[in-house]
Amino acid sequence: MKIFSKIYMWIIFLILYAPIIVMIVFSFNDGGSLSSFTEFSFKWYEELFHDDAAFGALKNSLILALASSVLACIIGTFAAMGLNAMKSKYIKATISSVTNIPMMNPDIVTGVSMMLLFVAVAGIINIPVNLGFWTMLIAHTTFNLPYVILSVLPRFKQMDKSLVEAALDLGGTPTYAFFKVQLPEILPGIISGLMLGFTLSLDDFVISHFVSSPNFQTLPLYIYNQTAHNVKFSMYALCAIVVVVILCLLLLVNFMGSISNYRNRKKDLKHMGA
Amino acid sequence: MKKKSILERVAAVPHTVWMIMFIVAPMIFVLFFAFTDINGNFSFINITRLAQYSNVFLLSIGFALIATVICLLIGYPLAYFLAKTKPSTQKILVLLIMLPMWISLLIRTYSLMALLDNGGLLNSLLNQLGLADINIVGTTQGVILGMIYDFLPYMVLPIYTAITKIDPKCLEAASDLGCNNFKVMTKVIIPLSAPGIISGITMVFIPSISTFYISQKLGAGKFDLIGDTIERLFQNVGTYNVGAAISLVMMILITISVVVMNKFSGNDDDGGIIV
Repeated sequence: MKIFSKIYMWIIFLILYAPIIVMIVFSFNDGGSLSSFTEFSFKWYEELFHDDAAFGALKNSLILALASSVLACIIGTFAAMGLNAMKSKYIKATISSVTNIPMMNPDIVTGVSMMLLFVAVAGIINIPVNLGFWTMLIAHTTFNLPYVILSVLPRFKQMDKSLVEAALDLGGTPTYAFFKVQLPEILPGIISGLMLGFTLSLDDFVISHFVSSPNFQTLPLYIYNQTAHNVKFSMYALCAIVVVVILCLLLLVNFMGSISNYRNRKKDLKHMGA
Repeated sequence: MKKKSILERVAAVPHTVWMIMFIVAPMIFVLFFAFTDINGNFSFINITRLAQYSNVFLLSIGFALIATVICLLIGYPLAYFLAKTKPSTQKILVLLIMLPMWISLLIRTYSLMALLDNGGLLNSLLNQLGLADINIVGTTQGVILGMIYDFLPYMVLPIYTAITKIDPKCLEAASDLGCNNFKVMTKVIIPLSAPGIISGITMVFIPSISTFYISQKLGAGKFDLIGDTIERLFQNVGTYNVGAAISLVMMILITISVVVMNKFSGNDDDGGIIV
């Protein structure tokens, strides 16, 4: 049984990773063939690094991811605060289920509905439809919001309410209490919401596909357009770089996670000793 | 009783406004476009036209169902074996299951197509072994394989999480009370991991039924799934209305299946995992 389970896992992981590994290996293939590896070269990487459009798309992706995740964090954190203080269960449930619609709906429906909104509004106020950065920012912020709220709201719920009351009793204004007492408590939730939103925005293709125009392309849109009709080897190089970057980030996050766990445990032990 | 501060009273307002403008309003526009003709007059013409697309719906639902079932059959044992490996290896293996979820679907689908394509590595290896080419790209199997390949991790991870949450005492109790391994599996482990199975099924079925990139690449554009149809209809203004009607039907289909699924799993506190 043990051996069977090992073989089973090996086979699945092999199949899961084979295409990606083959792609990375063949991005170094000089011949421009997918079936035989002729000679090692950085040819496609050189081509990629001379590709201004790819760099432009990367820049757009980063700007959009940063802007949409920060905006979602600001709106979402306040929303979590309001939801936490809200007394009416009915309103609370309505707001959170509507917020979760983009999470539940297929991306294509979200994308299409947003596009219809932009087209229709432009039609109503009689201006030409201008899809681009702003429409993408709206779309990305919208699909980031539920993730931010989901990571911030539990922090508000866990927080000791008497801390804020104490701050107010001691003469702090509500704003002061928010920045000095609440914010530090919920900060980890905000940061994880920010990171989640950032990666979701970087990764999104389907929704962006409907609310963008050729004037403002992100990296996934660029890859889509470049691979639409024929195989382009510089895209292999680009994909290989993306995969390696993601792998490094994931390892880094995991590694940092285990370090902070280790530190916390050490702190706990110290407290226990004292 | 603490009084709510002004900040707390108004904190949710920007979000509520945002939601109405960018979640509720777009939905209303989908409805509006679905029930109007090209001149903006109320009509059922798009709904009657849906009959033309019944094959598209059936094909998509069929493909997505097959892909989901195969994902479950492959994914469940994988999740179970993962949960049984020793903790140090387990951590690395879980990371390996999660990594593909972070890599863009475009890249993964594209790399799979490159491997399986007629001039790709798989066929050239087969040729060297003296075997005939297999054509996967552009076939039904190709599209379904693409869905399985892309979405398998989304099946494995929630099931794995559900299995690791099962209290080992339950398993001990079951075997003490005379269950053999098979019975422990069917009577204890599978029922207790049902929430994971349900969320896995939803997380595979929904993207499978709405995909258009997989059918474009691994189906070589030969298959018209719901996703492809919507994507095509939204490329020119004249067909927005029909596209909206199809989107509306898909939305309703998915809402129904999610509601049914949640009834099955019996818990409605969390619909799934966040990756």
